[in-house]
Amino acid sequence: MSTDSQQNAHHLPVLEFKSSTFSVPVLVLTSNDIIAIEQQLQEKIHLAPEFFKNSPLVFDLQELNKHNLDIDVSRLATLIRKLDLLPIGIRGGAAQQNQQALKLGIPVHSGQSVAASSIQKQQSPEPEPLTASTMLITHPVRSGQRIYAEGDLIILAQVSAGAELLAEGNIHVYGSLRGRALAGVQGNTEARIFCSDLQAELISIAGNYKISEDLNDAVPNRRVQIYLQNHTLVIKDI
Amino acid sequence: MARVIVVTSGKGGVGKTTTSAAIAMGLAKRGHKTAVIDFDVGLRNLDLIMGCERRVVYDFVNVINGEASLNQALIRDKNCNLLYILPASQTRDKDALSQEGVGKILDELKKDFKYIVCDSPAGIEKGAHLAMYFADDAFIVTNPEVSSVRDSDRMLGILSSKSRRAEQNEEPIKEYLLLSRYAPDRVKLGEMLSVNDVQEILSLHLLGVIPESKSVLTASNSGVPVILDEKSDAGQAYADIVARYLGEEKPHRFIDEKKGLFGKLFGSK
Repeated sequence: MSTDSQQNAHHLPVLEFKSSTFSVPVLVLTSNDIIAIEQQLQEKIHLAPEFFKNSPLVFDLQELNKHNLDIDVSRLATLIRKLDLLPIGIRGGAAQQNQQALKLGIPVHSGQSVAASSIQKQQSPEPEPLTASTMLITHPVRSGQRIYAEGDLIILAQVSAGAELLAEGNIHVYGSLRGRALAGVQGNTEARIFCSDLQAELISIAGNYKISEDLNDAVPNRRVQIYLQNHTLVIKDI
Repeated sequence: MARVIVVTSGKGGVGKTTTSAAIAMGLAKRGHKTAVIDFDVGLRNLDLIMGCERRVVYDFVNVINGEASLNQALIRDKNCNLLYILPASQTRDKDALSQEGVGKILDELKKDFKYIVCDSPAGIEKGAHLAMYFADDAFIVTNPEVSSVRDSDRMLGILSSKSRRAEQNEEPIKEYLLLSRYAPDRVKLGEMLSVNDVQEILSLHLLGVIPESKSVLTASNSGVPVILDEKSDAGQAYADIVARYLGEEKPHRFIDEKKGLFGKLFGSK
């Protein structure tokens, strides 16, 4: 989004990091019998060959490790590739299995690993910083414009009717808020909306919303905050 | 440096072409060589308002397609020899315009002209987009009613995100508000939005208020830009607007019901 601010006139940015979520099929193994795995996997692929062709795949060894069933990760990876699937991650592997996967260029997905050994901790990717960067907008947000912030969103001007603000974190508007404001769009129920003049078309926190008709009690030209309490939006003076 | 001014609104019928004709004439009358371009390909009107419809040979699209040179297509105004009109094509549609072609014509005009006024078509599609894309200044023409105000707001959003200046991270387009067809008596009765209402919604620098006036229709029908009718209130309003745009301090008129001193002297309609 090239809305505002911080862009340096000296050079145009050629890249940026964005966080995205993808849905990827996970292959959960309950047996270490490579031949049986191959047979059953082939049958599954046969049901929807187009869907599985070159599909990325994460394999999950948690069940195996729970029952102390070892499996050769490199043989498994070869098998997966042979069937035109692309292994892009291992989950729930033991330390030695994870190391083996990394050697094959397969990233380790932490989280549900059974063997949380110190080696694995070192290998797991750096956790994302808790506070994603705050986006600051200094010009009015006009009708038809849409702003998405991965963290908090601060607007130092008015937000016109027909404009839309979306933030994964909190939203602050230091002008009249006449458009829509949706905080915690990725499900953060702790997110709040703060504004100095509430005339919004719609406000929402983590999917719980109120439209302008329900906002009749809210008096314009008063500083308010909006937060979620027992799945209901509460509007309170600051 | 030449400056490209776009006269735009989003909504139709608010007075874009009247305004384009008036301010282009105003700038030229003050000694600045000015060109005014009709971007409303397929619904050309500027030539009528400027009274040059019988002298159109080549048009904007001919120049873009290389079928005529810019000098062949430009029509010199009868009333002011510093003003030139580039008419739109009536037989084509907006798709005949290309960003590259428009950019080339504007670059060529910039060498010779001080101000280039682009009369935008209504809407936010291709024609309107190309009219504003290369602009340095934008005159947002708004009527004091809610749908016009909202469309103007939408257009302002497009100016600040989809223009060349925005795309290349240059200094943003300077935006000015022109409130047209303003009737103070109807504002008083609550039938129309007031200047303050509109400014509160748009938060934009007010360049001037043009009162609802019979002289606009008369001027349009006779093909003479209303600014040349110095006795009319609308003509004076446009003269004020041009003066303010050029940096002069002028108090706002035509906002209140009572006539100003100037109005009394000249008996405005």
